Amino acid sequence: MAEYILEMREITKVFPGVKALENVNLKVRKGEIHALVGENGAGKSTLMNILSGVYPYGTYGGSILFEGRECEFKGIKDSERAGIAIIHQELALVPSLSIGENIFLGNERAKKWFIDWNQTNVQAVKLMKKVGLKENPLTLVKDIGVGKQQLVEIAKALAKNVKLLILDEPTAALNEEDSENLLKLLLELKKEGITSILISHKLNEVLEVADSITILRDGRVVETISKHKDDVSEDRIIKGMVGRELTNRFPERVPKIGEVIFEVKNWTVYHPLIEGKKVIKDVSIEVRRGEIVGIYGLMGSGRTEFAMSVFGRSYGKNISGKIIKNGRELVINSVRQAIENGLAYVTEDRKSAGLILMDDIKRNISLASLDSISKNMVVDENREIYVAEEYRRKLNIKCSSVLQRTGNLSGGNQQKVLLSKWIFSRPDILILDEPTRGIDVGAKYEIYKIINGLADEGKAVILISSELPEILGMCDRVYVMNEGRIVGELGREEASQESIMKCIMQSIKEVV
Amino acid sequence: MQHIKDIFKNNIRQYAMFIALIVITVFFQILTEGTLLLPMNITNLILQNSYVLILAIGMTLCILTGGNIDLSVGSVCAFIGAVAGTLIINMKMDAGLAIIICLLIGIAIGVWQGFWIAYLRIPAFIVTLAGMLLFRGLTIAMLKGLTLSPFPEKFLQISAGFVPDVFKGLGINLNITALIAGVIISVVYVIFAFKKREEQRRYGFEVMAMPLFIAKLVLILVGINLFAYWLAAYKGLPIILVLIGILVFVYSFFTTRTVPGRYIYAMGGNEKAAKLSGINTNRVLFFTYINMAFLAAVAGIVFTARLNAASPQAGTNFELDAIAACFIGGASAYGGIGTVAGSIIGALVMGVLNNGMSIIGVGSDMQMIIKGLVLLLAVAFDVLSKNRARA
Repeated sequence: MAEYILEMREITKVFPGVKALENVNLKVRKGEIHALVGENGAGKSTLMNILSGVYPYGTYGGSILFEGRECEFKGIKDSERAGIAIIHQELALVPSLSIGENIFLGNERAKKWFIDWNQTNVQAVKLMKKVGLKENPLTLVKDIGVGKQQLVEIAKALAKNVKLLILDEPTAALNEEDSENLLKLLLELKKEGITSILISHKLNEVLEVADSITILRDGRVVETISKHKDDVSEDRIIKGMVGRELTNRFPERVPKIGEVIFEVKNWTVYHPLIEGKKVIKDVSIEVRRGEIVGIYGLMGSGRTEFAMSVFGRSYGKNISGKIIKNGRELVINSVRQAIENGLAYVTEDRKSAGLILMDDIKRNISLASLDSISKNMVVDENREIYVAEEYRRKLNIKCSSVLQRTGNLSGGNQQKVLLSKWIFSRPDILILDEPTRGIDVGAKYEIYKIINGLADEGKAVILISSELPEILGMCDRVYVMNEGRIVGELGREEASQESIMKCIMQSIKEVV
Repeated sequence: MQHIKDIFKNNIRQYAMFIALIVITVFFQILTEGTLLLPMNITNLILQNSYVLILAIGMTLCILTGGNIDLSVGSVCAFIGAVAGTLIINMKMDAGLAIIICLLIGIAIGVWQGFWIAYLRIPAFIVTLAGMLLFRGLTIAMLKGLTLSPFPEKFLQISAGFVPDVFKGLGINLNITALIAGVIISVVYVIFAFKKREEQRRYGFEVMAMPLFIAKLVLILVGINLFAYWLAAYKGLPIILVLIGILVFVYSFFTTRTVPGRYIYAMGGNEKAAKLSGINTNRVLFFTYINMAFLAAVAGIVFTARLNAASPQAGTNFELDAIAACFIGGASAYGGIGTVAGSIIGALVMGVLNNGMSIIGVGSDMQMIIKGLVLLLAVAFDVLSKNRARA
């Protein structure tokens, strides 16, 4: 009668100074998809790290029962042997090895000391078929997209005869299509009897596939709801996660839109490495003062490339086109010039391209505007702290002090630091690239309020996003981008999920 | 209070190394029966290690940009020595003019290597490895394999000279200039400390409690003046110490307080983010290597003067001493973390070890073994303490 494959009982984990988990109970039925939701810092990752043995037995309180047996995992190896595999947000693949090699990494098909390449590749193909990955097993992992890499990870777990698969934000970096495929695969695996725990911020996905949902808040379980028994709705989950009713996910705003302040005309960009490949094709956009303009596009549509090439030619080569601000054409050849001309670009990748994680908060905030806090090239450090404190208050950055390392902050707070940095550079035009990626509902709301505040101050905001609800909820006007082209422009009233998707579909047809 | 805690946490590594330096010093002071800290030996210690201290400053900046090192500095030192020897001894050029030419050549070498490293992005390791061979070869070619010696007295003053004692003949057995220098530095320090405190108060920041502040001040003042007294008891203030003092002060200020200094840290911390913040990272890297070669030229002149000879084999392994000093002093091998002051402490740790072991007659074989272990343990300590902080 092993109804539950996994029971975690009364789990308590204390870090110096914080209780990360308090008496958490998690029961996962055999063969179900169990979603784990909660804001950043609610304890999801900690709980999964305990389960997979990253935090070894003895460093936490409570007990774990897996398939009815009490487990004392001392490391990841132990949990893997038991049949638990965890797939982290940051993929654990070796880019320079082939798909086949990666699938059997640490689990090599070998005779004695010698790798059996035929077996490796034959079995790899089998597993790849199972996860729906159509590639040659000899292809290097670095040459396939993120979505396919995710599939390789799953195949790798299957190779180890996994019984319980834990996926930490698997779709955070995927586009809609790949996400859809991944979710289908989860359902497929469920049929084969593989249990999954899905950690996700995307509640629509959770509702789509999960059989049960456990909501964590501040290290405690709020409730576990079952799709088949309870009344499940996005509102109920959000309420549980945030601890209060979030009646509106997007803050109210009455737009005060002024004259056109910023235009990009006939923007064309070539790929930096592949000769003759156009990445951005004749793109023209305009933004008005006080307006939030959305650029919607799937990953690979060229939205980030467009933004970066405009922002001081940070991407691409043979760039042609005009940038016009307040009716005057700008010459922008470097990021420095872009900043001086009142542009700011908040990158989609805050960890690897936005922040200096090893530096403290104040140094990150001041980095793009050191001139404004220095005299004769000497930085006024007191002024720097003062400025940082100001933004800490204004944007509600939760930290022990502005001298805290940025790397130790939660995703939402890191994003606020990054926003502070660019707001402090006093731009007129802000390009925000996926400003709410990977952060929780509560922090998202705060970021939205900040964005609205910027527009109300008369700044022009370009919001790039692959989340449709965000685009629809925030923007006064939407450009739809696909394959490096603007394929539609919709006003607030016309914009809807259907109309946007229609633009993309039409453009695909036209190309074919 | 949180501020102070954070500051302490962030600098614990540097304090740890400073404490280690004191412990090592006390240890050898006892073992050498007081010889280590004799005024004469202190002066010697400074002279002996002058080149490492100078090189470590430049190397710190290179490492900060992203764990880049410069392997060519030893050869550049030798090459500059050869140039100085050729100009001064063979061509009878005035020492002052020769020094200026040497420094310009240093800058030119920096431009050469910096171009490959910063603009073509050939790994610094490889470019400077090539430079190491290249400049050693040029040195030997220029000297035809022979040693040039001796240099005129004027040139030797750089490393053997002392700041003249203006109060000589007063019948006191102390160098008054050194004492006065100590007092002047003390006064300047006190003024700056109070000014900083006042400024912080004006911004409404928490400041150190007055008694604690005074205690810290007194401790530092005693340190400065005791050191000055010690120097005064021998021949006074070595010219080279003044030079190093100025370099340390200028570069510490540059890295911690100026905008370009920040750029170096930012680049090492995350180059992509630095670029997207409007920092021309190529230029930062370029100037870092020009600076390194310039300081290598300075070190080359100092070392040649100390040796009183331009030798084809001069400067061998200098680069390794300088790199070791930086890592012992807390620099991160990945860049973005490290301080000039830390590297100076690292260099002094090595210097005291060398000097102390030589006095008690430890063989050079054992010395190497011990220094190797110290380097390894210092960095291991760093890595482990960071891991613990993260967990």
